[in-house]
Amino acid sequence: MNALAPSSPDNARRSPAEIALIAAAYAIVGLMLVLPPVLVFTEALRSGLGAALASITDPDALSAIKLTLEMTVAAVAINTSFGVLAAWLLAKYRFPGRSVLVALIEIPISVSPVVAGLVWLLLFGTQGWWGEALNRVGITIAFATPGILLATLFVTFPFVTRTLLPLMEQQGRDAEEAATLLGASFWRILWGVTLPEARWALLSGGLLTTARAMGEFGAVSVVSGHIPGLTETMPLHIETLYNGYQSVAAFSMAALLAIMAMATVGMRSLFEARMRREEPRKAETAGGGA
Amino acid sequence: MNLSATLSPTREPSTLHAKGRRARDPLPGFRLALGATLLWLGLIVVLPLAALAVRPWQEGASAMLAALNDGRMFAALRVSFQSAVLAAILDLPLGLILAWALVRTRLPGRRLIDALIDLPFAIPTAVTGITLATLYSPQGWLGAPLSRLGISVAYSVTGIVAALMFVGLPFIVRSVEPVLRDLPSELEEAATLLGARPWQIVARVLTPALLPSLISGFGLAFARGIGEYGSVIFIAGNQPFRSEIAPLLVVVRLQEFDYAGATSIAFILLVASSACLAAVAMLRRRAARGLVAEGAA
Amino acid sequence: MTSSSPLTLTRRTLFGAAAACAALAAIGRGRKASAAQALLNVSYDPTRELYADINRAFAAQWASTHGGSALAVRTSNGGSGAQARSVLEGSPADVVTLGLAYDVDMLAAHGLLATNWQTRLPHNSTPFTSTIVFLTRKGNPKGIHGWADLVRDGVQVVTPNPKTSGGARWNYLAAWGWALRQPGGTEDTARAYLKSLFAHVPVLDAGARGATNSFVQRGLGDVLLAWEDEALLAARDLGPDKFDIVVPDLTILAEPPVALVDKNVDAHGTREAAQAYLEFLYTPEAQKIGAKHYFRPVDPTAAAESASIFPAVKTFDIASLGGWTAVQKKHFASSGVFDQIYSK
Repeated sequence: MNALAPSSPDNARRSPAEIALIAAAYAIVGLMLVLPPVLVFTEALRSGLGAALASITDPDALSAIKLTLEMTVAAVAINTSFGVLAAWLLAKYRFPGRSVLVALIEIPISVSPVVAGLVWLLLFGTQGWWGEALNRVGITIAFATPGILLATLFVTFPFVTRTLLPLMEQQGRDAEEAATLLGASFWRILWGVTLPEARWALLSGGLLTTARAMGEFGAVSVVSGHIPGLTETMPLHIETLYNGYQSVAAFSMAALLAIMAMATVGMRSLFEARMRREEPRKAETAGGGA
Repeated sequence: MNLSATLSPTREPSTLHAKGRRARDPLPGFRLALGATLLWLGLIVVLPLAALAVRPWQEGASAMLAALNDGRMFAALRVSFQSAVLAAILDLPLGLILAWALVRTRLPGRRLIDALIDLPFAIPTAVTGITLATLYSPQGWLGAPLSRLGISVAYSVTGIVAALMFVGLPFIVRSVEPVLRDLPSELEEAATLLGARPWQIVARVLTPALLPSLISGFGLAFARGIGEYGSVIFIAGNQPFRSEIAPLLVVVRLQEFDYAGATSIAFILLVASSACLAAVAMLRRRAARGLVAEGAA
Repeated sequence: MTSSSPLTLTRRTLFGAAAACAALAAIGRGRKASAAQALLNVSYDPTRELYADINRAFAAQWASTHGGSALAVRTSNGGSGAQARSVLEGSPADVVTLGLAYDVDMLAAHGLLATNWQTRLPHNSTPFTSTIVFLTRKGNPKGIHGWADLVRDGVQVVTPNPKTSGGARWNYLAAWGWALRQPGGTEDTARAYLKSLFAHVPVLDAGARGATNSFVQRGLGDVLLAWEDEALLAARDLGPDKFDIVVPDLTILAEPPVALVDKNVDAHGTREAAQAYLEFLYTPEAQKIGAKHYFRPVDPTAAAESASIFPAVKTFDIASLGGWTAVQKKHFASSGVFDQIYSK
């Protein structure tokens, strides 16, 4: 019937322009989105499943996996706890300087990962402000795990607050005010009234934080000492293997990390779908405003 | 939708409460939440960024001027900005086509495509980096046929653009998709009935309506591209003055133990990309206003 | 949905967070306590394969002489200068095995080890030597036979960044020394030669391995200036049908030293193990492993046995250029000769 409008329900006739566009869409998806993951798994399995499994159970690989999981758990725990409080503050109150806080929370999103690592060296490297002094009392932050954690915290900083804020704002504060009148404490209101309503958004923000924390490369690369078995996370180990001509091992590790990250993001989509199903009205307005 | 909801700038909340309200605010926890937020924000964001802003000047303005006098730094910044702009522009039609296919057709595999759109966002940058480098290398699946055509992608600026197009694509799709979904398809049908050609529909009907979302998608993809490191360094040739991106030069300076040089580049990178983002936001607002005015007319 | 289940969910999240933090702290402590059973060797770029083998052999030997107790040695690799700086910045290296003596001297200057470190082990603390050679594409299509050919039109030379890489400094000094020794050679002609040489360099990687990757995998350039071991590895193992080795008529004797980081071994309680590790490098077993990975053994017996592996070269040493301290200051310090010739 027409060129670009949706085809009639029976899909019987598509205009040439429409067919060309559909072909283009499939081509884009195939070349840009399907080939890369297929390549990761092909390269990983090039010498068979045994070799792939052997390379991810190598001691250095296991230690990289462990470090990545530790850093991710810690970053998610810290950023979620504080992110909830920040979202509460920004959603429920109006006060002078509020928009400054909102803007500051957003900053890490537009900072290059490399810069997100560099800033910690400026504070804690030996040429930094406090590195030398801390070194003297035996505390090492740069080129050690605390530095990796700080870099991860910086790059995943805004995710929980950003996901929660629109929803919490939308909730208004009537329920919370009612709970206050009934004598509930702050923590009771937060855990009993506000968060239950926002639980899917909270999970979604947490999962976003998880995905980013697991995969962060640039920031961590700047502050890590790159010591296999000690300060190498999974992404850094992939780089080391790749530069050491161990292509199968590098892609096996890459495949594992990709599966972890895709599962996290996939779970998040499921939860968001559930959130929309459960609260169709609210989600619609929230989505429309964002 | 899900992606744009979390990644586009938080909308400015409507003023639900008058400013003076706080004095007799019945809700508890203001001080606690404010204290926790300030502490967390101060330690993790403000303090390190303050170091970034102060450090370049610490060795005197002359050190900063010396850093500014570095041709290699400007070359790297130019490579970063040009590649990010080019990749985001090239992503616009691709993202528009994908968004259209998702919203306006009932293709088989539509749900799979929907899930795949988020893939570049989900895959860690180091994985993207080694994957694209292998894919586009002269012996790679895409690199081999391209090199027979005389096009070399890997280890050149083309490779940088290819990597940035990959990581930027979801931003365009997820910005355009919800707007396109809300746009009544009757508009396109009516235009067809009135005798409009397909290109006229795109130019006169779709583009003006989608322009604000295209601009914000462009802004997000550009912002991501300008600072991108992991997915680029494996595929870029990393040649000074030609295919060296600014974030890599920061790392090079750090490895040379030249903190002042690294910080100067990082500072300029941050300021320049913030300025570009502000410009994009302004453009977007202007386009949105134009849309409102047109709608009213 | 009742409100009770998400309530427990968030509570559980917070408790989980607290538990995770506690666990993390415990792990951090556990790492420190177990550090006595592990050694960290911070090394330069092309030694990945060498030290992987040596670490295994040493662990076996240590277990046999110490009643089966395990000792893991980890190795971290990168450009020699960058690695030295990461030790200076706090990387807990028990031993350093770097590309050149100056990088260890810098650590000594900052009090991490004794200034007389080079006299504490045989052969100036250098268990293996190497040299700088050229790696070209198969059949040497550009006809590169010596230093003079590198600056011909249309020749692209791959070498890493002398500011971060040890190998790159040896490359640079080999070229400098050769140019000085040409008929009529002066510092001015050497400087002119290097300026023109670096104008032929399309990419400056941070370390030798990065440069090898650029040349071997990315297909950049016509000739790679490389450590002999890196070149032999590429030519014999990575692509026997892809590369040729060209030995220039004159090159430099490269002496990558090893040393114990006093401050760190005392903090970790690993002095005995670290000392044993470094002494192990001079044993016939380790010397043989070195030769297998194309590092020239200093032990005369092992050297004689492996003589057939290595091409004959005519070399000069760093002392003939005034020693590392002078060379570093003159060429590689900020605004030194390298900065002058590389600025555009």
